[in-house]
Amino acid sequence: MTATTRNEPGPPATRQKRPRRGDAEGRQRLRDGTAGLFIHIELAIVAFIVVFPLLWVVGSSLGPGGGLANATPIPENASLDNYVHLFTQTDYGRWYLNSLYVATLNMVGSVILSALCGYVFARIRFRGRKVSMLGILILQMFPSFLTAIAVYMLFLNFGLLDSLTGLALVSIAAALPYNTWLMKGYTDNLPASLDEAAAIDGAGRITIFRKIVLPLMRPMLTFVAITQFTIPWMDFILPRLLLQSQDKQTVALGLFQLITNQYLNDFTTFAAGAVVLAVPITILYIVLQRHLVTGAMAGAEKG
Amino acid sequence: MSTTESATTSESPTPAGGRAQRGPGRAGLPSWVPGAASALVWGAGQLINRQVGKAAFFFGFFAGAIVTEIATGNYYSGMEFSPRGNGGFFAKGLWGLVTLGTQPREMTLTGLTEGDNSIVLMANGLIAILTMALLAILWIWGVRDAVRYRRTLNAGGDRVTSRDYFQRLWDGAFAYIALSPGLVLIVFMSVLPVLFGILVAFTDYNRDNLPPKNLVSWVGFDNFATVFSVPSWAGTFLGVLTWTFVWAVLATAMTYIAGMLQAVLLANKKVRFPRVWRSIFLLPWAVPGIVSALVFRSMFNGQFGPISQFLVDIGLTDERIYWFTDPSSPNLARGVALLVNLWLGFPFFMALVGGVLANIPDSYYEAARIDGAGPLQQFRYITFPVVQRVVSPLLILAFVSNFNNFGLIYFLTEGGPDNVDYRFAGSTDLLVTWLFKLTLDNRLYNIGAVMSLIVFFIVGTISVWNLNRSKAIREL
Repeated sequence: MTATTRNEPGPPATRQKRPRRGDAEGRQRLRDGTAGLFIHIELAIVAFIVVFPLLWVVGSSLGPGGGLANATPIPENASLDNYVHLFTQTDYGRWYLNSLYVATLNMVGSVILSALCGYVFARIRFRGRKVSMLGILILQMFPSFLTAIAVYMLFLNFGLLDSLTGLALVSIAAALPYNTWLMKGYTDNLPASLDEAAAIDGAGRITIFRKIVLPLMRPMLTFVAITQFTIPWMDFILPRLLLQSQDKQTVALGLFQLITNQYLNDFTTFAAGAVVLAVPITILYIVLQRHLVTGAMAGAEKG
Repeated sequence: MSTTESATTSESPTPAGGRAQRGPGRAGLPSWVPGAASALVWGAGQLINRQVGKAAFFFGFFAGAIVTEIATGNYYSGMEFSPRGNGGFFAKGLWGLVTLGTQPREMTLTGLTEGDNSIVLMANGLIAILTMALLAILWIWGVRDAVRYRRTLNAGGDRVTSRDYFQRLWDGAFAYIALSPGLVLIVFMSVLPVLFGILVAFTDYNRDNLPPKNLVSWVGFDNFATVFSVPSWAGTFLGVLTWTFVWAVLATAMTYIAGMLQAVLLANKKVRFPRVWRSIFLLPWAVPGIVSALVFRSMFNGQFGPISQFLVDIGLTDERIYWFTDPSSPNLARGVALLVNLWLGFPFFMALVGGVLANIPDSYYEAARIDGAGPLQQFRYITFPVVQRVVSPLLILAFVSNFNNFGLIYFLTEGGPDNVDYRFAGSTDLLVTWLFKLTLDNRLYNIGAVMSLIVFFIVGTISVWNLNRSKAIREL
């Protein structure tokens, strides 16, 4: 894991040591030049393929309002009309707040619970530890949407559907086994000598956890916090199953509605909504990419 | 409490006195006696062992369970007991789980009667069973404790007061207290639904049989038989399963190969501004998947999408192509879905492989160059093996997540184009999207539950196999 923390493509290239021999050098340089050219052409093509759909949706959101046929990557008279339309004519603001509520709750709950559970599993030997960890491993394999469908049937019969807090609780529980596993793996690698020193000084378990282990866990806390904050913005199955009334929808549900129901005449509003959803998350991911890739690696190493 | 116990402590033989001098009476009781007593009436064994505090602790749970049952039930003298009418939390719970209700809701002269809701009964029964399982753990603990303690006493061990025992227990209990909030959440939001889902697979709970109007009943393995042997179901299942596997393998392989290729190119020292390129290529990974999938869905819209339009404009096709809705070309839709997945998936592997590449020491390549290895050989014998070793566990994870890639397929194609040979499934439907349609759109809960079990079985097998190879299980 430590090996991947430095995944920046190194400091500027050290000059290649080529044999410096007149003619051969010239040919070599020529070959390097064409190779470099081809590489850059390839990069440019891939970059175009990557950027075009994104440019297209941003352009559509700024262009004249209307259907899909009007969508262009580079609009002629750019305006923010679609955004105004989005916030005044649809419930987008409401959806956004709902998603924000679920995301915040999910992040806070997940971080607290998984940090605590991870710490206990990593540092305390207690009876039932092996059995519970095996249980966590098995639960983590069970894809969360399978539970979601059972949760839906249960909530349906007990009349618990349509609650944003309920949705957040189900999300926390669904991700808890995996997050606990991550936290446990990370804490295993922290030096135990610090805890022991504190214990000799008379610190209790809670104090050790809060004052010593928690600060050291910060990289993994960040990872869990980011992933758990972003998941509810993009999650579709759980909210689709658990939420029903119009004022309880989340952004993902709302966007899907916009594109399926009013497909042909309101594509540009969808585009505006997609941009408003995507921009903050995209920036977050690009800025914190190293954390995120490292965290994903750690998860895989631990199974 | 403590006075009685200190009295008994003084009675017991001192270590100096040794075993042989121990008097007869209670101390010589065979160890199974308190065990049996505790098995019948919780805490009775502890009382025989003269540990009053512990006895009260176990008896408290025993009494609590009985009081719960009586208080939630309808017990009175002279009744004719029936679990439906009189049963409490436990009795009615178990009855409900076994029978799933006996009286449907009916219209009578006085209005709707209170019928049995099979699903609520089933869930309550499950909760009752989970509670009883917890109580059973306490029961076993009590019996074993009584036997063990008596055995140590008989062997001449020291007496332990209840207070000391609980003091020690409390010090060791931090783990349990800290875990309990998470445990409660998982039991009610994950374990209970999973068990419930498994049970539904063995019932006839579907749109034709919805409680509280109708009663649901146990049907054994009928649903499994339906999925595997009724031709239309079996055909759909096999078709969807095959495509799911093909999809998962191709999607994983394509993203991995493309990601590695891109990372190797970016690591080339001739590339100028590698960071800028890298950030551009990371965009598909950073943009929320639902947004990208919906954008591609619009781009590949048959009637108005820009790609169809473009192909017509440059004269490559005469008429618009209906990418995801043309039933006569299912493989076109599948191919496009794979390409879109490639767009979405390659940046992650690129970032990953890039990280690994940055950590391969330059000296490896220097040595290879001195030995006369060309770029391809360097890739074949240095880069690829190193990358492969680091990335392979992630490949398994990627395979599993592609196997269950609900988001992409559902948002992009909604399973389309339609397939007339399939039941409630289209040509690009994966097992999970089919499962979703079965449950939510068609309310075939029982068949959906069977599919969940099958998906879990497949994914679980792969994960267990992966787990066995990794160090995770050894670290338990």
